[in-house]
Formats: sequence, C-alpha cells, structure tokens
Amino acid sequence: MSNHTEIRWHGRGGQGAKTAALLLADVAFQTGKYVQGFPEYGPERMGAPITAYNRISDTVIRAHSNIYDPQYVVVVDESLLEAVDVTSGLKEEGAILINTERPKEEIIPHLKGYKGKVYTIDAKKVSLATIGRYFPNTPLLAAIVKVAGIMDEETFLKEMRSSFNHKFASKPEVIEGNMKALELALKEVQ
Amino acid sequence: MATDISKLGLKTKWQDLTEGMIVAGAGTSRAFNTGEWSNNKPQFIADKCKQCLLCVPVCPDSSIPVTDMKRGEFDYEHCKGCGICVKACPFGAITMEGVN
Amino acid sequence: MAKRDRLSGNEAVAIALRQINPDVFPAFPITPSTEIPQYFASFAANGLVDTEFIPIESEHSSMSAAIGASAAGARSLTATSSCGLAYMWEELYIAASNRLPLALALVNRALSGPININCDHSDSMGARDAGWIQIYAENNQEAYDNMVQAFRISEHKSVRLPIMICQDGFITSHAVENIELLEDGEVKEFVGEYEPENYLLNPECPMAVGPYSVTDYYMEAKRSQAEGMKHVEQVVLDVAEEFKKLSGREYGLFEAYRMEDAERAVVMIGSAAGMTKDAIDRLREKGEKVGLLKIRLFRPFPAERIAEALKDVKAVAVMDRAEGYTNHGGPLGADVMAALFRAKSTAHAVNIVYGLGGRDVRVEDMEKVFADLKQIIDGNDAGETYRYMGIRE
Repeated sequence: MSNHTEIRWHGRGGQGAKTAALLLADVAFQTGKYVQGFPEYGPERMGAPITAYNRISDTVIRAHSNIYDPQYVVVVDESLLEAVDVTSGLKEEGAILINTERPKEEIIPHLKGYKGKVYTIDAKKVSLATIGRYFPNTPLLAAIVKVAGIMDEETFLKEMRSSFNHKFASKPEVIEGNMKALELALKEVQ
Repeated sequence: MATDISKLGLKTKWQDLTEGMIVAGAGTSRAFNTGEWSNNKPQFIADKCKQCLLCVPVCPDSSIPVTDMKRGEFDYEHCKGCGICVKACPFGAITMEGVN
Repeated sequence: MAKRDRLSGNEAVAIALRQINPDVFPAFPITPSTEIPQYFASFAANGLVDTEFIPIESEHSSMSAAIGASAAGARSLTATSSCGLAYMWEELYIAASNRLPLALALVNRALSGPININCDHSDSMGARDAGWIQIYAENNQEAYDNMVQAFRISEHKSVRLPIMICQDGFITSHAVENIELLEDGEVKEFVGEYEPENYLLNPECPMAVGPYSVTDYYMEAKRSQAEGMKHVEQVVLDVAEEFKKLSGREYGLFEAYRMEDAERAVVMIGSAAGMTKDAIDRLREKGEKVGLLKIRLFRPFPAERIAEALKDVKAVAVMDRAEGYTNHGGPLGADVMAALFRAKSTAHAVNIVYGLGGRDVRVEDMEKVFADLKQIIDGNDAGETYRYMGIRE
C-alpha cells in the first residue's frame, strides 16, 4: 500500500456506504494511520445515488475536498453502473470493486473502457449466508480492505471484532454473523 | 462594577457606565421620581374611604403606602397619575380630573 | 496525557462540552449542527455531565434561554446553524449588549435561499456586527481546541462578551478524522469555575438586566461595549499561550503558513485552508514564493496584525465563503482591504467569492488562484478585483 490511499464509494441512500466508509476509517485508524471518512451530503433520500470517501495516509491529511482521482472505487449497487460515472478519475494502477451476482466479464463492458483491475463480490450471497439479511456494506468493507491492501487480514479481523464488540454491545448476537460475513467476503472477492 | 445609581445622570461618561448597563442592588427605582412625569394626580378623600385597600394592588407604581392595614396619602413622588385607582375605588374616595 | 482518537467535528465539540460541563445547554436541532446537542443529550442522560440540558421549541428560545441562564449566573451555551442563527438574530445583540459571556457552537451552513444545507459562511458573516467574538476552525482538532478555549476568552473580566465557535458544516462537522483529545481533568482545570461578579441569582445583591436605555445613554452603552472587544485580541493570545503549554498545539489570531518570504498570499477562513496548504507545498517545491494567512479570530478583526503579516506581499487574494452583495466582494475582503489601505499597502488585492452552498474547493483551484496572482504581479494590474471561483460560466 502506498502511503496515501484514496477511496470513493458509490451507493444508494440506505445501503450503508457512509457507514462502511466510517468503519473503514475506524479500522485503519486502529492501525495507526491518519484517516478521513466522510459522505457527500445532501438531503436524505432513500435510494438516491450517494458518494462517500476515504483518505488513509501515513501523514497528516489536510485536504477536505471530495475525491476526484481515487485509487479505488467501491460500487455498492451495480445498478449505479448505468446511472453514475463510477470510474471517473479512477487511476488505472488502482482498482474498482463491484457488488454483483454477475461474472466479471459481464460487468467490464459497463466500465467505459476502464483499464485497471476489476474485482467483484456477491455481497448479497455473503450477507444472506452469514448475517441472514442483506447488508452489503459489511462484505464490501472486508473486500476493499483486501483489494486495496489496507492491512493484513488477521489485523483487520482482530480490529473489526473489537469494533463490533463495542458497537453491538447491546446485541452481541449479531457479532458472529458480521464476523463471518467479513471472513467469507475476504475469500469470495475475486 | 456595580452601579452607584446616584452617579447616573446626563453627564455620566461611557467609562462610568456599568458593563451591559446592569443595575445592581435592590429597590433602586425609588431613586427615580416618576411623579415628575405628570401633573394630573388623583386626590384621596379620606372621609369616604372604607379602607378596603382595593386601590393598593392595582397601583403600577406602588404609590399608595399602607401602614397598619390602612392606606395613607398618595406618594406623589412616584405616582404617574394613571388613574387606575380611581376606577378601582367602589366608594368614590379617589377623584382625578378627567377620570370618571 | 493526550488521547488519540478519530471523531467527526460535531462529536469533537460535543466531547469538549462534556469536558467543560457547562451549567445550562438549551438547544433546538438544525442540520448540520444537530449532532452536537444530540451527543450532549446522551451525555446528560447518562449522567456524565451536571448540565441542565433543555430541549426547547426554537432557536429564538434556545438563545433566549442561554441568555437568561447566563444572566442568572450560569455558564451557558447553545448550538445552531444557518437559519437557526438567523432566527436568533435579536438575541445575539442582546447577549452581547448585556455583556453575557455565553458560547455558541456554530456549524456554518449557507442561508436560504435557494435552500441549501451545505457549508458556507453566510450565517456567521451575517452576524459579524452583532458584537460577538467569532473564532473559526480549519479542522476537527481546531474546532475542539477552540471550544476548550472559548469560555476562558469570553468570561475574561476585561472582555465579558459572547463567543461563537465556528466550524464548516459537513466538511469538518461530519468528516471523521484523527484528533488528539485532552484528559477530562485537564480541560476542567484549564476552563476553571465561572465566577460572575453580578448575577440574578445572587441574593446578596439583586440586580436588573437589560434596562431600557434612552437616547441619553444608548450611545455611551455601545461605546462601553466596544471597550470589551478591544481587549479580546490580547486575551485570545494569552489563552492560546496557556493552551499551548497544556496541549502543545499553537494558536494565534491567525495562522501564517509559509509566509516568511511570500510574494503571493491567500487570506481565507475555515476548512479550505487545508487545500490551500497542499497547493502551497506543491508550488513551493517549484520554488514559488506563496503563502497563506488563515484567519482564526474574525471578530474582533485583528486588522493591524494582518496588514503587518501581509506587508511584504505583492499580491493577495482574499477569499470569501459568503457574498456581501456590495458589488465588490464579501465581508473578509472588505475588512482585509481596509486594513491594507490603512497600512498604506501597495499590494494588488483581489476578493474572490468561493465555496458557496458547499461548492467543493480542490487543491487545483487554489493553485489556479496563485497562478492568477502571478499574472496580476507580472501585468502590474489587479484587473477585476471582485471574482468568483469554481463557478460555471
């Protein structure tokens, strides 16, 4: 991982892209990084396209602008491929991660000629198999950590468990499902 | 700094005003003779007064002194001549020009 | 011992307030400041503070209640944004003229209309003449640090004026980033107890607050109020000095970034300073003499010191995140140019309106500003001195 990583999340209101960006900032912070996690705010509209951002760096982050030339893009909802220019500014030495049931080959033609690496994960399958409900952000969080090489898997899982223990202190029954979702996602992303 | 109310006047410099114009200390309104604001005043007719004291609480300027449960003469230094007491008196014991 | 954390600007300010443990906090929610009272309400509900937290029916009332509490002798504050601040207008002047040292955690947001919830400075700039001290932050750390310092400044015996601690809506209020927090005990000790000389709940000395001042007194009253403002600069510096001993973090009236030999400078307020610093570092690598003056204390306006800091520049761009509708720029532009004029500056100066309603500011935008300043110096002509940045045209 280079010492300054920029990630852009494309999702729809209500899918948890913002939460995923904040969780990613959180877990990267635990490993001693300088972090930023922020959504692009507007009126709250369930289902409308939203964008969230992460900066993760070894040095102090001063910029507060949106991210226009990310190394990585995460697409939480594949229907956005048609609605939003998700690869805009995306660096070719970077990668795009897409939540889809479809094989990669079917997705690539929709990426406007993006020449960098393309990763996919079926977050729905992972989520239903582990959490029992569809929460795309948990599998995608694990997948982007792996794709972007933000930290090693062991550290990631350890930090996430401690984060979940804190976050879900009042409903510990959901912790195992979420942990399994992360573990499975690390295997499923391709 | 608390205000020395006696020092307030039209020659007071800004340096001598209190911060925020606060007036510290109780009962300072006694120093303002609001009675100067009018020359039309109620008259107390003691003979007609039954000492019901209905006039006392309605006076906005506390200008009807009460001693031993009996009202006395008006405090004209603070009475602004509003005439409310004239209206309140059931016995015609207070009169004032222009107030029926 | 400082504690490393990652927090949004709103959460950071709420934590500062928990550590300050004020007496009274009335609030009415408005985006993007809502989280401050929201977090604080949970602190109050969980018994982490002794504060009387009052959910109240409007901003007019929240400021009124804060004023009442302050007059009663309590350390009080509220929080708001945008239209909420506009709705407090009348009370802002009352707080200041009554010399009540309460605080307002302001999360800057554009005023309607068109209706918009994102950041610009039109709300606080509109309130700039209300007699409040205004301090602005670039990031979460500064928002937190400024809040910790706020009551020390406003309650200072030579000042006694209300203080507005401003941060950029969403850009810092909702972005999670690294921060260093002070220990609770350190903040408590630093802020100290509030001990007003006169207050309504003092049975030893009853008092009247806000008496009517006829024409014979009003002007003297306003002049007396101005005297409090005159002491603010020094108090801000003294409190910052003490804060530095506690935290290691340095604050002044403004931050001069790489200004030592700068020929071109940007003057601005708030979060966009980060992008400007990145632009400056890029240009400095190419040998360009560029710098930034980031205003922290905007009211009172430290005009002489700002003019002094700009005395060697050949061209300056004053950046306003608010319109003034004067047909020649915004409020910061007016103040900086007046300061330069009084100091007999010969620098070219332009006033650039930017970032309205949350319009993003990129490092490239700021590089362009410095390039424009170069062109102005080379041509020895400021050209149009009232400009817009980041506008489609």
